[in-house]
Amino acid sequence: MAESGDLFRRIRGRDGLATLALDLFSTTPNPSPCSYSGSAKRLRLGDAIPAAMVAEEDRHDLVDSLSEEILFLILDRLESEPLDKKSFSLVCRSFYAAESRHRRVLTPLRSDLLPAALARYPLASRLDLSLCPRITDTALASVSGALRSSLRSIDLSRSRGFSQVGIGNLAVNCAALVEINLSNATDLSDAAAAAIGRARNLERLWLARCKMVTDIGIGCIAVGCQKLRLLCLKWCLGISDLGVGLVAVKCKRLRSLDLSFVPITKKCLPAVLQLPHLEDLALVGCLSIDDEGLISLKQECKSLQVLDLSNCQHVSHAAFSSVLNKAPGLRQMSLAYNGLVTHSLATSLQKLSKLQCIKLDGSEITTSGLGTIANSCKSLRELSLSKCSGVTDEGLSSIVMKHKGLVKLDVTCCRNITDFSLASITSSCTSLTSLRMESCTLVSKEGLRLIGQHCHLLEELDLTDNDLDDEGLRAISGCQKLCILKIAICLKIRDEGLIHVAKSCSKLQEIDLYRSVGITDTGVVAVARGFPLLQIINLAYCTGITDDSLRSLSKCSNLETLEIRGCPQVSSLGLAAIAVGCQKLTNLDIKKCYYVNDAGILFLACFSQNLRQINLSYCSVTDVGLLALASVSCLQNMTIFHLGGLTPSGLSAALLACGGLTKVKLHSSFKPLVPKPLLEHIEARGCVFQWRDKPFQVELEPSEVWKQHSQDMHVPDL
Amino acid sequence: MSSGSSRLSISAVVISSLLFVSLSILSSMAEATTKPDEAAVQIVYVERPEAEEPEAFHIRTLAAVLGSEEAAKDAVIYHYKHASSGFSAKLTQSQVEQLSRQPGVLQVVPSRTYSLHGSRTGTSGVMGLFYGRSLSSDLMFCVKNSETANRLLEDLVLEKWFSTDSGAKMDFKLRRPLEASSNASSSMMSEISRNLKPGLPFIQCDSTNICYGARQEQSFSEFPPPQVIQSRGLYAREQKTETKSQLEPSSAVNDLVMDWNPRLMLSNLSFLEQKIHQVQDIVRSIISQEGRANELAAQQQLVTADLTYIIIQLISTAGTLLPNIKNALLSATPPVGQPGVMANLPVNASQKQHEVLPMELAKASEYDELIKDLNSGGEGDELIKCLNNSVAEVSESIPIEDHDIKDYDDGLDGENLPPGSYEVLQLEKEEILAPHTHFCLICGKGFKRDANLRMHMRGHGDEYKTPAALAKPSKEASSEPAIIRRYSCPFVGCKRNKEHKKFQPLKTILCVKNHYKRSHCDKSYTCSRCKTKKFSVIADLKTHEKHCGRDKWICSCGTTFSRKDKLFGHVALFQGHAPAIHMDDAKVSGTSDHAQVGETTNGMVANMGYNFSGNASDDAQSLDIKDVDDGQGYFSPMNFDACNFGGLDEFPRSAYDVSESPFSFLSTGTCSFIPRNSEN
Repeated sequence: MAESGDLFRRIRGRDGLATLALDLFSTTPNPSPCSYSGSAKRLRLGDAIPAAMVAEEDRHDLVDSLSEEILFLILDRLESEPLDKKSFSLVCRSFYAAESRHRRVLTPLRSDLLPAALARYPLASRLDLSLCPRITDTALASVSGALRSSLRSIDLSRSRGFSQVGIGNLAVNCAALVEINLSNATDLSDAAAAAIGRARNLERLWLARCKMVTDIGIGCIAVGCQKLRLLCLKWCLGISDLGVGLVAVKCKRLRSLDLSFVPITKKCLPAVLQLPHLEDLALVGCLSIDDEGLISLKQECKSLQVLDLSNCQHVSHAAFSSVLNKAPGLRQMSLAYNGLVTHSLATSLQKLSKLQCIKLDGSEITTSGLGTIANSCKSLRELSLSKCSGVTDEGLSSIVMKHKGLVKLDVTCCRNITDFSLASITSSCTSLTSLRMESCTLVSKEGLRLIGQHCHLLEELDLTDNDLDDEGLRAISGCQKLCILKIAICLKIRDEGLIHVAKSCSKLQEIDLYRSVGITDTGVVAVARGFPLLQIINLAYCTGITDDSLRSLSKCSNLETLEIRGCPQVSSLGLAAIAVGCQKLTNLDIKKCYYVNDAGILFLACFSQNLRQINLSYCSVTDVGLLALASVSCLQNMTIFHLGGLTPSGLSAALLACGGLTKVKLHSSFKPLVPKPLLEHIEARGCVFQWRDKPFQVELEPSEVWKQHSQDMHVPDL
Repeated sequence: MSSGSSRLSISAVVISSLLFVSLSILSSMAEATTKPDEAAVQIVYVERPEAEEPEAFHIRTLAAVLGSEEAAKDAVIYHYKHASSGFSAKLTQSQVEQLSRQPGVLQVVPSRTYSLHGSRTGTSGVMGLFYGRSLSSDLMFCVKNSETANRLLEDLVLEKWFSTDSGAKMDFKLRRPLEASSNASSSMMSEISRNLKPGLPFIQCDSTNICYGARQEQSFSEFPPPQVIQSRGLYAREQKTETKSQLEPSSAVNDLVMDWNPRLMLSNLSFLEQKIHQVQDIVRSIISQEGRANELAAQQQLVTADLTYIIIQLISTAGTLLPNIKNALLSATPPVGQPGVMANLPVNASQKQHEVLPMELAKASEYDELIKDLNSGGEGDELIKCLNNSVAEVSESIPIEDHDIKDYDDGLDGENLPPGSYEVLQLEKEEILAPHTHFCLICGKGFKRDANLRMHMRGHGDEYKTPAALAKPSKEASSEPAIIRRYSCPFVGCKRNKEHKKFQPLKTILCVKNHYKRSHCDKSYTCSRCKTKKFSVIADLKTHEKHCGRDKWICSCGTTFSRKDKLFGHVALFQGHAPAIHMDDAKVSGTSDHAQVGETTNGMVANMGYNFSGNASDDAQSLDIKDVDDGQGYFSPMNFDACNFGGLDEFPRSAYDVSESPFSFLSTGTCSFIPRNSEN
């Protein structure tokens, strides 16, 4: 914001324009869907410089003399900064007009803003309505009227309240429509599906959880939308073999098909595999598919690149092998949660020379199986063994020794691996960019130091619940590209270690310090200074931090998510600083921050206009604070338990005032106290109430005790 | 003729022929010592009676001489019924003369007993196999020992036997050994009874010194009864009977067919080895002698006969090693028109020039080699020719019956039965349309099913109530081979008619009935609901009525379907056609604009699991549809595919498998069965 403010000051200034124009072209333009960046070269030679000269001559029409194309170029560079765009549009009328013609993506925060947005942005091609819980047919009609020719994509996945009439309107009027997301429209029937079928140019369609759509509906879609390239039918429980078979017969251009949790059997699979361009097929949780069906498949799908067969419980290894043999071009494969992975299954991977990514999460895997994988997949880049039992040092070492090019490795909860594995990982896979090893409890702190010493390219590191200490953190400071660091529940780390990391890893965007009790304000201050790009920080149950930490964090202007749950020393003052400093804040958890009261909330309500989600449980907030929050127009998600000063009438008023709420968690004791018609009204607006009967629990459990408890709970797994 | 009885008759032939040898030899020996008026055993050859039993004819003939039937019965010692026609009796010379004048009597020969004198060393013995045609039947003499053979040759066969029998044709062609070999192997295999000439005496005189080396001096025992021969230990060393022939072990194979004996095999082989030495001896003697033409010819015959015998023995020895093939041979009378692995058996053997060996074709090449090895003479070539001919004949018969294979390939609807591998039956129109096919013999009431008839029969008395009477008539699976039957439609020009170029046979009687009614009869049953659909088969009407007026599945082109998979097959097939939405569904979801309605609907759907009926407000309707859906919804067994409607063809076939069905006796047209729902 400060940067862009400066920018505009320079634009208004007399001699700033030339600088701006030159700046604009000196760096490579952002890749964007807008086509204007393509003409940059011509502009540099033809228009920009003369424009600057014109500006020299007539300083009054300076701004007006900028051609729309230049303004578009400027806007292209602001694509990732919505607030700057807003400022841009406020410069003058022509900038406003340019911005309104430039914007392609509309994401209205509330349904009632939709008409205004449509009027202002007539050329929007993508309409994201995921923040509008209630979209009526009338609204859809106005959309189809306003964006008749430009609308290409619409997302209705979080919306309700529309029917096949609205969809039919869209499908008929918006000829350019290629993408519709209708996921979660659980009340949509076949008639709506038939309406979708009228959108002849549709290429991508999501119908996840459309449980009422049957074969008839999907049949209409298959016949109508023959250009479909992507179709997601996840959880469409009404669809059977017939419908999927018809889709496979009619939509020959399909590249991606998601049939997860659809009650299909083997009968439609031959047709599906015969799709000539099919690249991505998901069959997660298709319980009706059994061995016989897969083994009897004769079709070979050469185009298939991504196959997800996770959670197919009725399928054995022989069937998996037979399927894998049918897809020689496979690049990515997921067999998560399918039980035992043995040598024989792994053998079938040998023919898949292009396989780059294997996900075996939640399987029981043998050492010989791992050994076979090590010997078979030549170009393996990603391997996920998360929550696999049976991963041993021997097996893991055999893989990492063979695949030195491994980029991503996930050994979360592989509790049997030791320093030996870590030594082989770090010595051979030095190009790792992502390593996730949460809860590898047998790895010692010495082993963890190896990570930072060898893997300098790491961008993501998850060491949650490990034996990490400050020395380990000091080693990690060598990973200068680190973006995500999760060191939650590492009780041994102290401020010193964190300071080491903060000094070198300037690119860090996300840090998880959950229950790092050794961290105090010193550490957090170092974090805030060292990580200017910080977006997400979790300081939950770091009981040592105070308002000073929050004050320093308020300097991180990109901060979006702040969790300070269970930090009892934090007060409204700190929160006020955050509210003023971090205007992008969308997610705030201040549960059990007992000293946060209405004052802090008032600041939030004033400054954090982007706040979407808040947890206020156990705070000292009253009706006043809650009502003040209603002025945050984006607020969608509220969790309010055990709020001392809250009365039913105050709650009712707040609920009524917050127009955009989609989900509210409340203590069930409030349910009879709030007027029922009011609840019904709010529900009709698209809000879901979750009534919970959570016991009041003030005291914070010390982290050491908590960890002991959590480890006790792990014991049966071992 | 059943295979069982043929087996019996073969053994009878063998036994009686052995007896005959002993008898004839005994009688010829006796002749030398008998005085004119003394009653002696005579063998009387008579014409084979056309109309009556041989015994009766013999008795009648003899009674004309002796005066009474009782005297004749007393006088007759034995009746020859199988190999030759005749009898033996004790007769005086005058009676003989009288008898020889009787009509039908061809010849009366005194019974003689020859004692065979072989050389004591036993190595120079020659086994001769003689065969000739005497009377109406063929005789084969198997004579052992060179001296005996020579004497027999001169004395019995050439001078006395054949010279006296003017009508008998001497036939020394090598076709005979073939016949003999067929005889031998048939006795071994107990097969081809119908192909044998009815009476082929098969006589072997044989001293067992080479084979068993027990005794040189053999004397013929008096008329050993057949039972004795059979019950006697086959390999007993002290066996004295001359009837123990070389072929006896092979006839014994008949009994021991399932039980291969390696010792027997060894003894056979060693015997054959010695036999080959004998043949060598004879050939050497031919070379050295260059004597009388008469004797030379006889010796040539000996050689040929010996070689033939060796071949037969080798084949039969080898045959014991092939139990599976043998079983296949044993198992059956090959059906007419079914070219099998086995040689095709000519029905009228008597007119055939070549009798086909009932040997498996696979062995034919082995025989060829074997013969080539063994043969040195010119007549051997003939033998080879004959064998080859027979082989060729068999192999020829296959292409003849397999004509037009391509046509059938086009026509068969997925069934891979090669044409000709099944029997085609054609029922008459009246038979097909007859309402009842089972009739009560007592009251005449008609039934569609045999089971119903059996139930009905209970009312006619207690004898029909026994479990045996009530039981399903069991199929004779074991004795009868599973003949595949297919049916032809009697309507000429129909593709299902056997005259049609691309004939597609119908699988069962039921198929015939339904096909005929559907395709060639009026549709007389009209649906009572829609009044438009007509059917010729009641079952079709019932099926239609089940869902008439409930065509839920509609295509955008207006076509209605009773089944969802059919609709989807249709939609997949035609461009631009889409499933049409039920109007009620559209209305309901159109009015469900209110959020709460949506909520409740969702809840209901969640509770009902996979139900996909969209009618939340109209309970009756939705229930109704659910019924339909449950049956044909997600887990419908029918596959739909744009190109392959496989279910149509497969269903009736799998439902009514004819080859194993108890209705195979339907070929007689006395039975019928109708689908269950047509009777309901």
